[in-house]
Amino acid sequence: MIDLELFDFKVSRRAFLGGSAGLMFGFALGLPKTAAAQGAPGRLNAYVSIAADGAITIQSPVAEMGQGIMTGLPMIVAEELDADWSRVRVEQSPVDAAYHHPIFKAQYVVASISTLGYWTPLRVAGAQARRVLMNAAAEKWGVPASEMSTEPSTVVHAASGRKMSYGEIASFASAPAAPPAIDPAKDLKSADQYRILGKGTQRVDVPAKTTGAAKYGIDARVPGMAYATFVRPPVRGSGPQSSNAAEVKKLPGVVDVVQLDHGVAVVGETFDAVRKARRQLKVTWRAGLPGDGIDTDKDLETYLGDGRDPKRVGVEWKSKGDAAKALSGAASTVSREFLSDHVYHAQMEPMNSTADVRRDGIDVWVGTQAPTRTQLDVAKALGASPEMVRVHQQFLGGGFGRRATVEASVDAALVSRAVNRPVKLVLTREDDLWAGTFRPMTTQRIDVGLDAAGEMVAWRHRVVGEPVGDFVYQPGYIKAAKDRDVIFMMGAELPYYDKVPNWHSEHLMEPERTRVAAWRGIGSGYTKFAVESMLDEVAQITKKDPLEFRLSLTTDARARRLLQKVGEMSGWGKKRAGNSALGLAFCEYGAFTPKFGSMIATVAEVSLSKNGVIRVHNYWAAADAGLAVNPSAFQAQVESAVVWGLSCCLKERVTMTKGQVQQSNFHEYQILRMAETPQIHVEVMSSGTSPTMVGELGVPGTGPCVANAFFALTGKRLYHMPFTPARVQAALKAKKIEA
Amino acid sequence: MINFVVNGAEAYSEQPGDTPLLWVLRDELGLTGTKYGCGVAHCGACTVHVNGQSARACVTPVSSVTGKKVTTIEGLSPSGDHPLQKAWVAEQVPQCGYCQSGQIMQAAALLARNKKPTREQIVSHMNGNLCRCGTYNRIIAAVQRAAKEV
Repeated sequence: MIDLELFDFKVSRRAFLGGSAGLMFGFALGLPKTAAAQGAPGRLNAYVSIAADGAITIQSPVAEMGQGIMTGLPMIVAEELDADWSRVRVEQSPVDAAYHHPIFKAQYVVASISTLGYWTPLRVAGAQARRVLMNAAAEKWGVPASEMSTEPSTVVHAASGRKMSYGEIASFASAPAAPPAIDPAKDLKSADQYRILGKGTQRVDVPAKTTGAAKYGIDARVPGMAYATFVRPPVRGSGPQSSNAAEVKKLPGVVDVVQLDHGVAVVGETFDAVRKARRQLKVTWRAGLPGDGIDTDKDLETYLGDGRDPKRVGVEWKSKGDAAKALSGAASTVSREFLSDHVYHAQMEPMNSTADVRRDGIDVWVGTQAPTRTQLDVAKALGASPEMVRVHQQFLGGGFGRRATVEASVDAALVSRAVNRPVKLVLTREDDLWAGTFRPMTTQRIDVGLDAAGEMVAWRHRVVGEPVGDFVYQPGYIKAAKDRDVIFMMGAELPYYDKVPNWHSEHLMEPERTRVAAWRGIGSGYTKFAVESMLDEVAQITKKDPLEFRLSLTTDARARRLLQKVGEMSGWGKKRAGNSALGLAFCEYGAFTPKFGSMIATVAEVSLSKNGVIRVHNYWAAADAGLAVNPSAFQAQVESAVVWGLSCCLKERVTMTKGQVQQSNFHEYQILRMAETPQIHVEVMSSGTSPTMVGELGVPGTGPCVANAFFALTGKRLYHMPFTPARVQAALKAKKIEA
Repeated sequence: MINFVVNGAEAYSEQPGDTPLLWVLRDELGLTGTKYGCGVAHCGACTVHVNGQSARACVTPVSSVTGKKVTTIEGLSPSGDHPLQKAWVAEQVPQCGYCQSGQIMQAAALLARNKKPTREQIVSHMNGNLCRCGTYNRIIAAVQRAAKEV
């Protein structure tokens, strides 16, 4: 169904930036199947409808979780429609095949590729609607359609000086049975003709988010609904063996306690009754699962040993040249190890879903990254057909990968069926963390070979940890993907450091025991910590400036431009006053590199307190994600991802013993606060003619930037994220590792 | 029955007195702008005003607001044009937006008693409100912008 793993295969095969138009046509043509969207007057295609008063409604196919997508995607449609943006109203589209992402074949928002994926279909949809309007006006005036042009929301016949507004045309025009053909290679605007794209546009979802009017999944209210919460086992694959359900059922306000194979639901008349009863619930969980023995501290030691064991051969992720041969022939080698702990999404809105399961249909209200999967999985769990399930997409109180899986909706539906009522199921924060899905902890080892002149001739990168695909999708997924796990391995590569002649990266898989998931930035969040820290150390060993060293490794014009820009922005190389220092990183992001991808160069300014607390004062980022569709939203996303990444590398850590998460709420799982946030300076550098990934681009540079700045400040290296005060103090006491 | 005033109107709750105000507002009164984030006053998503002071609704028993005036995000300004709300739009503060009701209510309590807060005062006052999208710098900018207007 949803095939994240095969991204680059599909993309390269279909070369969908190369203008192979055939792929795109299915999306923009015709109307969606959903009855609700059908037959509306002024409806020109799946994305565009225009009212007689000139109001334009554009459907946004993707969930809005703060990334600004419900502004950015409609801007693309509006551009080719030549719409007056001030008359555009955006609607969240229904779940319907007409709105499928061309790569995922589903409505699904992950991997930061919504804009990239919908780019051509939405331009075609806008152009097609514009063509319908022009054709209708031409027919009305009895002039050739080829003589028509447009101004914002107006069709113009220049030869006769006549004009007609889109609203006026919409009052008599309708979608033709055979929609006009649009050739993306010839019939779309060139970038110099853009009026809407590339200019900062205010986000359409912001006003409602300042008044309390914005509706999130947790805000759904259905007449007659009960409230519920769901308690999951501590260990992946376990479930309740026994519980005191009978006692809990007698507590005030409790409607029922529903025991399912994978957890226990407490259902009540109010959420407060549910919350209180949940505290009384005692469950004995089935033992004998692989996860029972998880002890994260000990397991990290095991990982380190596996990474050092030459007999362990991993699954190759990516490579160039012959790294093994170059390494064995090198004049000297440098080896370093990097560690990272599990981290939790900590999305502000706890997981929830509201379901109403009836004989005549199933309604689900949820803010989800995966509405199509919600529909399919809920149907499957209930033994219903997917057409029976209507998913009502709400705003997401943070997605970050956590809302890419749909178990909350499945649970809500099962519980609704069990109690024969609509049910709003909400996890407590404690249960959200207890049963969280985490970015997997890792150890990494990088071996670098230098020749006699000190040039880097070999690079071997081993990443040790649990693969993610089976838990995120279904058992057997990783095997079907030939053990290649893009979520786990993203970033363990040097696609733009083209002067490195030989490199190799591999995944050493640990047994799957933990609930592991995609987490904003995915693998790049730790692989780039290792890559860019290691490069910094090689620069140190070979006595080169970190910025000059990176420039010497790449001939890529975009990469060089970013490195030079962030150098200027941060005053790199200039003498610095005070007790702070700068660190640098360069990271790409995306599954399609080096053919195309987003990239970012970043510099952090840090200082250190006596008790080992790292403080980041300034953070500079120069970012390039191809054509910047909405530069102001792009800037906001980089700011957001930088805070996210700094929070992770400075503070965040989930630990487990006996398979159980040790943290329970925000006092134990701390995230970055306002007082800890640096000034963030972002330069959006647009390039090319099509957009690439933005949402996660700011994450990977944070860890290495801070670690490299820490080195510049103290002469010591940090090898284990997060850089807690205890680890910082240990690093300060550590002996310098000799090359 | 517990009587109090919400956003200028008489209101009552039939829930037990130890029920947190948060759930009374959201589930009994239908004012869902106030959000649940942690339930233990660590995140600030549920911030409301009780007699003009900011309070974490998730740890405020409804019995404790008997006879008091509660203001939620829905009641901050009748038309959603409080200087903070306008500044929040001008600075494009919200991303996911989930924490922003609490952020705005927390900031409103500051501006109500300190019309010209310094940056340090803003940070100190707002530091208990978490934002996972990391909009902190824009929040500071928006409070500063609003302060010029009040």
